[in-house]
Amino acid sequence: MYSEKVMDHFSNPRNVGEIEDANAVGEVGNPQCGDIMKIYMKINEETNIIEDVKFKTFGCGAAIATSSMATELVKGKSVDEAMQMTNKAVVEALDGLPPVKLHCSVLAEEAVQSAIFNYYENRGMTPPEGLKCSGCCGSCHHHHHEEEE
Amino acid sequence: MEKRIYVDNAATTKTDSRVLEAMLPYFAEVYGNPSSIYAEGRAAKAAVETARAQVATAIGAEAGEIYFTGSGSEADNWAIRSAAKALKDKGNHIITTAVEHHAVLHTCQSLEKEGFEVTYLPVDAFGRVSVDAVKNAIKDTTILITVMFANNEIGTIMPIAEIGALAKEKGILFHTDAVQAIGMVPINVKEMHIDMLSLTGHKFHGPKGSGALYVRKGVKLTSFITGGAQEKNRRAGTENVAGIVGLGKAIELATEDIPKKAAYLTKLRDTYIQKMLDTVPYAQLNGHPEERLPGNANISFSFIEGEGLLLFLDMKGISASSGSACTSGSLDPSHVLLAIGRKHEEAHGSLRVSFDTENTLEDVDTIVTAVAEIVERLRSMSPLYETFLKEQK
Ligand SMILES: Cc1ncc(COP(=O)(O)O)c(C=O)c1O
Repeated sequence: MYSEKVMDHFSNPRNVGEIEDANAVGEVGNPQCGDIMKIYMKINEETNIIEDVKFKTFGCGAAIATSSMATELVKGKSVDEAMQMTNKAVVEALDGLPPVKLHCSVLAEEAVQSAIFNYYENRGMTPPEGLKCSGCCGSCHHHHHEEEE
Repeated sequence: MEKRIYVDNAATTKTDSRVLEAMLPYFAEVYGNPSSIYAEGRAAKAAVETARAQVATAIGAEAGEIYFTGSGSEADNWAIRSAAKALKDKGNHIITTAVEHHAVLHTCQSLEKEGFEVTYLPVDAFGRVSVDAVKNAIKDTTILITVMFANNEIGTIMPIAEIGALAKEKGILFHTDAVQAIGMVPINVKEMHIDMLSLTGHKFHGPKGSGALYVRKGVKLTSFITGGAQEKNRRAGTENVAGIVGLGKAIELATEDIPKKAAYLTKLRDTYIQKMLDTVPYAQLNGHPEERLPGNANISFSFIEGEGLLLFLDMKGISASSGSACTSGSLDPSHVLLAIGRKHEEAHGSLRVSFDTENTLEDVDTIVTAVAEIVERLRSMSPLYETFLKEQK
C-alpha cells in the first residue's frame, strides 16, 4: 500500500530529533487524531536560511515518512521558499500516498508553516500573510465533525 | 517465503491440510448441484448434509437448526434482521453491547434508522458486560438480546450462559456472535440457552467465505435471499459445496480437544503477556487477565502509534494487528479499546497478537524482543514521549 519511497523514509527517517537551541518550533495535530508532528528549526536570522531542521512525530508510517520528507524539502531553503512548500510537493516527493493518508501530508505542511509562524513570533514580528497554521490541525477538525454526527 | 511468525489468527487462520483434502473432491469430482436428483447431485447434497451434522454436533445443536451462510458477517446480519422483522409487532427494542463486531453494530445502527431502538450496553474496564446491566436494560418492548461470545480485539469472554438463562426466563430471543469462540471455548447452545449463534469457518482453519447460523427449532427465521429453495427456502443460491464441506471438517477438528489446545495457547499467551509487561515500560494489558480467549493478547504501548509497530514487525517477518485508526482504514481507533476506557493515544498504540498451536514459546521470545526494540525506536521519535520524559524530571 505504501510506495518504496514512503517505506524508505518511514524505516530510515531523516532528521529525527530535537534542536536544543531551535529558534522556530511548530507542533500540529493531537493525540486524539493519532498524529502529532513537532518540527524544530535553526534559522539564520541574517539570511533567513533554515540551517538545520529536526522532527519528532507520533503517528502512522505515513506520518513519519511525510515528516521526514518535509524536513528534507525545507532544509537549506529560505523561510520564504519553505513557506511555499505544499502538501502536494511532499506527496509527489514520496511517489504518492494512499488516499486515506493524504491528511498526513497536510499535517507536514502545517507543521512547517507553524514552525515558521513561531520564528516570526519569537522575534516579535508579524508573521507574513498566508501562513496557514499556528498549531491547528485542519485535517483533524474534519474528522471530529464526522465523529459528532 | 522466508520463515515468518504469523500471530494474527483472530483475523484469519491457515486452512488445515486435512480440511483442504476433504474439500478438494468437491470441485472437479463431485461437482453436482445439490438440488439435482441424479447421482452427482445426490452426492453433493449428502456432503452438505454431513457438514450440517458436523456443525450441529460441535455446538450441541440438531442438524435441522443449522443454516449455511457466506460468512460470519452474513450470519450476524441475518440473525438480527430476521429477529427484528419477525418480532416487530411484539416490540422494537434490541439490547447489545458497545464492543460488538461491526457486523452486529452496523446492522443495529441500520435498524435504528428503520425505527428500532437499540441499547448499546457499556462494558467494564476488562471488556465484560454485566448480566445485571442486561437485566436492567430489558423493557416490555425488548425483542432481542445480542451479545458476542468473545471479543475479537481484546479476547474478553462474555457471561453467555448467564445471559442465556436470563433471556430464557424473560422470554426474549438471544443471539450470540461466537465467531471468535468456536474451537476455543466449549459451547453447548442448549445448556447455554442460546437461540441463535453465528460462526465462520476461516477463524478455525476452515475456508474463507463459509459461515453458518444456528437457529433453535421453533424460532422463526425469515428468508434472507429470495430465489431457489436452498436452506429451507430461506437463503437462495446454489450451495458452496466445497466450502461447506471444509467448514464441517474444520469445526469437527477444532472442537475435538478444546481443553488441550486451550491449555497450550494459554501458556503461550500468558508467557507473552508476562514477558512483554516485564520488558517494555509503559505497557498495559487490554482485556480480562483470565476470562479471555486462550490465544489472544492485546497490549497498549503508550506514546506510539500501532501502524508503525506493525510495519516494522512485518519487516522482521512477524504478522500481527493493531487497534490503531491507521490500520483500520478509518480515522478512529478501535471502538472496543475506547469502550474499556483507553485514551485515544493508548488505543492507537495497541498490538493484538493471536496465537495458534503452530506457534511456539520460541516465537514468543522472538516477538517480545522485536516489539521491545521497535517500541523503543518509535518512542525515540515520539513528541509525546519527549514531553512525558520532560515532565518526569
Ligand atoms: C467477532 C466477529 N464477528 C464477525 C466476524 C466476521 O466474520 P466474517 O469475516 O466471516 O464475515 C469476525 C471476523 O472478522 C469477528 O471476529
